[in-house]
Amino acid sequence: MDPLDRVVKPKTKRAKRFLEKREPKLNENTKNAMLIRGGNANLTVTAVLKDIYAVKKPFAVLYKKKNITRPFEDQTSLEFFSKKSDCSLFLFGCHNKKRPNNLIIGRMFDYHVLDMIELGVEKFVSLKDVKNSKCPEGTKPMLIFAGDVFDVNEEYRRLKSLLIDFFRGPTVPSIRLAGLEYVLHFTAVDGKIYMRSYKVLLKKSGCKIPRIELEEMGPSLDLVMRRTHLASDDLYKLSLKQPKALKPKKKKNISHDVFGTTYGRIHMQKQDLSKLQTRKMKGLKKRPAEKLAEDGGATPKKSKSA
Amino acid sequence: MAAVRVEAVLAAAEEQEAEKRRSITVEKELELEFDLGNLLALDRNPPPAAAALRGAGPRREALLRALARDNTQLLVSRLWELPAERAGGAGGPLVARLPEPTFRLPREKPPPRPRPPTRWEQFARLKGIRRRKKTSLVWDEQAKEWRRRWGYRRAGGDPARAWLAEVPAGADPEEDQFARLRREKRERVARNELNRLRNLARAHRAGSAVPAAPLHPTGHQDREELRRVARVARVSTASLGRFQPRLPKEPAEPPSRSGGRKRRFEPLLGNLAAERSRQLELLRDMGSKKPVLDITRAVNKQMRQEEAEAAAAHKGKKQSQRGKRGRRQQRPGRSGKKSGARRQQQQQKPAGGGTGGGRRKKA
Repeated sequence: MDPLDRVVKPKTKRAKRFLEKREPKLNENTKNAMLIRGGNANLTVTAVLKDIYAVKKPFAVLYKKKNITRPFEDQTSLEFFSKKSDCSLFLFGCHNKKRPNNLIIGRMFDYHVLDMIELGVEKFVSLKDVKNSKCPEGTKPMLIFAGDVFDVNEEYRRLKSLLIDFFRGPTVPSIRLAGLEYVLHFTAVDGKIYMRSYKVLLKKSGCKIPRIELEEMGPSLDLVMRRTHLASDDLYKLSLKQPKALKPKKKKNISHDVFGTTYGRIHMQKQDLSKLQTRKMKGLKKRPAEKLAEDGGATPKKSKSA
Repeated sequence: MAAVRVEAVLAAAEEQEAEKRRSITVEKELELEFDLGNLLALDRNPPPAAAALRGAGPRREALLRALARDNTQLLVSRLWELPAERAGGAGGPLVARLPEPTFRLPREKPPPRPRPPTRWEQFARLKGIRRRKKTSLVWDEQAKEWRRRWGYRRAGGDPARAWLAEVPAGADPEEDQFARLRREKRERVARNELNRLRNLARAHRAGSAVPAAPLHPTGHQDREELRRVARVARVSTASLGRFQPRLPKEPAEPPSRSGGRKRRFEPLLGNLAAERSRQLELLRDMGSKKPVLDITRAVNKQMRQEEAEAAAAHKGKKQSQRGKRGRRQQRPGRSGKKSGARRQQQQQKPAGGGTGGGRRKKA
């Protein structure tokens, strides 16, 4: 329970900061990913893990040793790792005769497994094999998903959400336009998912917006969806729930119309129209005698006390 | 002639513009969906023919690359249309302000729940005590400089080096003052720690009383809570859990008071004396001219009504409601006209004829 976590008080400021970083917050940290090798991981799968680590560099942890677990049977060791390293995304690579070159991509909610999808790698071209210039580490990639099956099929929809979560990177308020260098393109066709990474070259076009040329770079994978372990609908909805404080405040009494004009509403108190200040017309001005007769009964003159 | 020339010039200019635009326009059947906050583009168009893609390497790569180029061009056009400014003065890089991401992704951890206030916080709120901001440095007369309030080199001098401890006015002259000071400090620290743990336990109990994520296992729940939740889940069937199969090692539930039945009736040929007295009471109440008032029930009903009104008026004050409910449960009720069924509702047996009716809740 949340209060019980605070029974053991941290003794140093550093420990306190460490714990504060890990506690649930309104605006969350960028999700970290852990890349784990299974007991029987082969060279291909290890190379895939290394490349994805390079892509996700500051927000990923690559475990060096092999861990003999089976995520689909027993999730406790994954949850233990997630709790220890504060990672909510994971990529587990293994290999056996029945499922060659297996990658299990998944995410956690509250240190418990939320979704897990098993993908088979059919073809892999590594960063090292493509002899082109690379973009700097930690670049926020552009993500493009092509194919209508990403919307139609429920499992593909979750996979799309998982992949966006995985490769998204930190949320930034503004971005340097010349620094849009990296794009990850996912195409779903014919039961296969092609992931390609390109470096973006901005060429001169006649007008302000540049023309794009792409250069192949980086890891490219041909994936096939195998097993899935998706969270139940209500647990997924629970994980999507955002606290109310994060909702943007609506500005009241301001409306816009079709033409772009902004209208505002002012609420006035009730006005006494007989005392309204209109333009002064000297002829209509009350003479002193009339004024005295009117005010005589209503407001008796108050004498000023010294 | 001039008109013709003007027209020709305009046409030529338009032609040039169109030419420039052509290099960045992309034709697509369906518009892409953009989420610029995440630098995301979703293309719903059916991908190029599967046959073409099934072919061997280079042709497939070329097709994929062309598709990617088109989609990236659209995304980059959208990004370059965002409001941009020059960061860091006139010569800095062109920076575009990104909107909020719209694609809903699940959170990493559940949103934090507000902590219930501690005993001191409740008291301070009641009295209207507010925090006063203290200065970080204090003037030390002896050292004649500004020293910190507590910690390394504090203003009052190092407490461990204090060589004098005065005997206070009414104390025993033989007592060791240094030992007394040490003992009192230890007691203060222990009391502080005890209060902190008590506040945590109170927060924990408050949190479990109204569970936000009621029946999901989170791994942080203790055995009692899980048992409670399992019991609630088992009983939430139409037959109140009578026909729920048990797991192999689950212990048998102790027989509940209602026995799995929704309504409970007295046995037909039970306590004859009780039945007779009950019937006679009923006849007496029906025959009497004055209306019979069950003071306890009336008082409870009135309090419930007032609470409901208060809750409708102040929606956010959950604390006070819980406090009132807690106070209500502890108060003994007067023995009014009781029947067998109503006896279950009374909390405690009254001690003599206390004026339960006359008591109102204390403000």
